[in-house]
Amino acid sequence: MKPIISIVFLVLLSVGGYANAAIEAYQFEDEKQEALFRELTAELRCPKCQNQNIADSDAALAQDLREKVFLMVSEGQDKQQVVDYMVARYGHFVHYQPPTSAATLIMVGPILLIVIAMIVVFWRVRQGKLESATDELDEEVLNKILEQDQPDSSDLVSNQNNKD
Amino acid sequence: MTRGQRVFLFLIPFILFIGLSAFLMRGLFSDPRELESVLVGKPVPEFQLPDLYQPTKVHDQTLFGGEPMLLNIWATWCPTCKAEHAFLNQLAEQGVRIVGLNYKDDPEKAKRWLAQLGNPYRVNLLDERGTLALDLGVYGAPETYIIDGNGVVLHRHVGDVNPRNWQAKLAPIYHQAASKQVAGTASGVAR
Repeated sequence: MKPIISIVFLVLLSVGGYANAAIEAYQFEDEKQEALFRELTAELRCPKCQNQNIADSDAALAQDLREKVFLMVSEGQDKQQVVDYMVARYGHFVHYQPPTSAATLIMVGPILLIVIAMIVVFWRVRQGKLESATDELDEEVLNKILEQDQPDSSDLVSNQNNKD
Repeated sequence: MTRGQRVFLFLIPFILFIGLSAFLMRGLFSDPRELESVLVGKPVPEFQLPDLYQPTKVHDQTLFGGEPMLLNIWATWCPTCKAEHAFLNQLAEQGVRIVGLNYKDDPEKAKRWLAQLGNPYRVNLLDERGTLALDLGVYGAPETYIIDGNGVVLHRHVGDVNPRNWQAKLAPIYHQAASKQVAGTASGVAR
């Protein structure tokens, strides 16, 4: 049984190897261009597939875009030029680092919520301290009143206090 | 704290909850595949592409102009294109002007397909490498653009054109552009 399993795994592994080998190979003039190509294909989002960058996606459109990025990079265009080219065609959807706008401001929401929550908690804790202080005061006043009105029971209260 | 204030305080979480529910509910029915087109309000990008039937004849962006048109991106490898084809034929019969963009396809297959299923297109552009499609921001076939008489893109529709979305969304935009055209030119649209 064991040999069969290992053979199956070997076959699966080799198939995986072929799948990787099918990815197109680009010839770059220098390492700088290759690095830029890698950076861009990791940062540009495939418009066809929902959440993959064009480096990871195997969609035909992602292949086209990779080729376009390669061509532009080998022509010596810089990062901003390539990004602008893509954004002009596919909108900000295509770039994983969109500029700040009303729509992207929603990303600040969670931080804002945390800050508001902290302020509220801080405020409530302070409020609570003040309230408990007034409670103690009230108790003292009440005890005094009790002592004055009912001298008999005041002994009981003081006795109890002594026990503590 | 008065009673009214107290009730209001208790209502805050409830109101927040309703707001959040409404927001999430909307998300349930929105289609994340539908992207805004950057091209809306801009002229059709410049291009030079051969005609499907006469490869020596080259069309450019001046093809769009004079009268409103639909630009339909299609290919024989795209099943949804086949699904919408019959309806495109109907539209063409009604007098809607449709230009086809044969996208990354084999011209021979494309011609065979049109011979079999009917040809709703006034002109068919041959875009074997997808150059115009890239400039248009096409991310899948079929896509249909409504282009007005000045060659400006009015609307981009992703997915098949069917009687439902034609009636609800596309026809009003197309007919409005067409009526503007008639009002704008003294002679009207003579066909």
